[in-house]
Amino acid sequence: MKFLKFFLIVIILFPLSSVNAEENDKRNKITKNLRCLICQGQSVYDSDSEFANSLKIVVDKKLQEGLSEDQIYEYFKSKYGEWILYDPGLNKNTYILWLLPILIFLIGGAIIYKSFIVKK
Amino acid sequence: MKNKILPFSVIIIFGIIFFIFYKGLEDSKIYIPDVNTKKEIPVFNSKEFFSGENVKSSSIFELDKFYLLNIWSSWCVPCRQEHPFLINLNLEKKLNIIGMNYKDNLKNAENFLKELGNPYKEIFIDLDGIIAIEWGAYGVPESFLIYNNEIIKKYIGPLNQELVDEINLLIK
Repeated sequence: MKFLKFFLIVIILFPLSSVNAEENDKRNKITKNLRCLICQGQSVYDSDSEFANSLKIVVDKKLQEGLSEDQIYEYFKSKYGEWILYDPGLNKNTYILWLLPILIFLIGGAIIYKSFIVKK
Repeated sequence: MKNKILPFSVIIIFGIIFFIFYKGLEDSKIYIPDVNTKKEIPVFNSKEFFSGENVKSSSIFELDKFYLLNIWSSWCVPCRQEHPFLINLNLEKKLNIIGMNYKDNLKNAENFLKELGNPYKEIFIDLDGIIAIEWGAYGVPESFLIYNNEIIKKYIGPLNQELVDEINLLIK
């Protein structure tokens, strides 16, 4: 009888916990990509400041409302500006950040090609 | 000649990269929030501080009037320093000061007002900090100067005499 009870509890709790886990993963992923604006150098996920705690509640709320990850980022961007995102988009302030690695890669590739492959 | 182009271009490219990174070192990495952008005030629902009744943002902020929304809390030490300036600002008839009580214990907040005075025309409660996020606030204390449902200016941190003078000038 005890075993049956235990079994029932496991069956009831298991699917719920997996749903929760999925939502938690998503929430953690989003809060890790948000910058805690009053404790710099930390993400909202890492921080325990009042600001970060409120932000976590808002992320939860938005997820429950059914907003997608990008919509949530867009929401915070409209409130606090681009700086709140750790993963900045491509715009006039960030184009060097995005294009420089590609440029270095292309130039490096060209040098290697010229000096090693063409020589042969 | 061909052999010379390659080292020459490598030096130039590294020079450019060095210059960009060197310039980047000089830039401040400390985030300075934009305080001057005009933004519409958010729509929110909350509870009134004294009565506990539901309040809507639209019933608090009317058109063609100046409002100062002040985020405060009894546990916030700078709010204590700021409070006399708010009392002072309240003497200005043109300005309506609205309080947002942030993540506070109601009893403590009431004692805070009893001790230091109540400059607020109306106070609403933000128990979990969600409304403050809607406003794009960073913490306590913070104040927003509002006219025609638009945020004219944002003051992060406690108000002082200089800022009070500035507010008085802006609402004239």
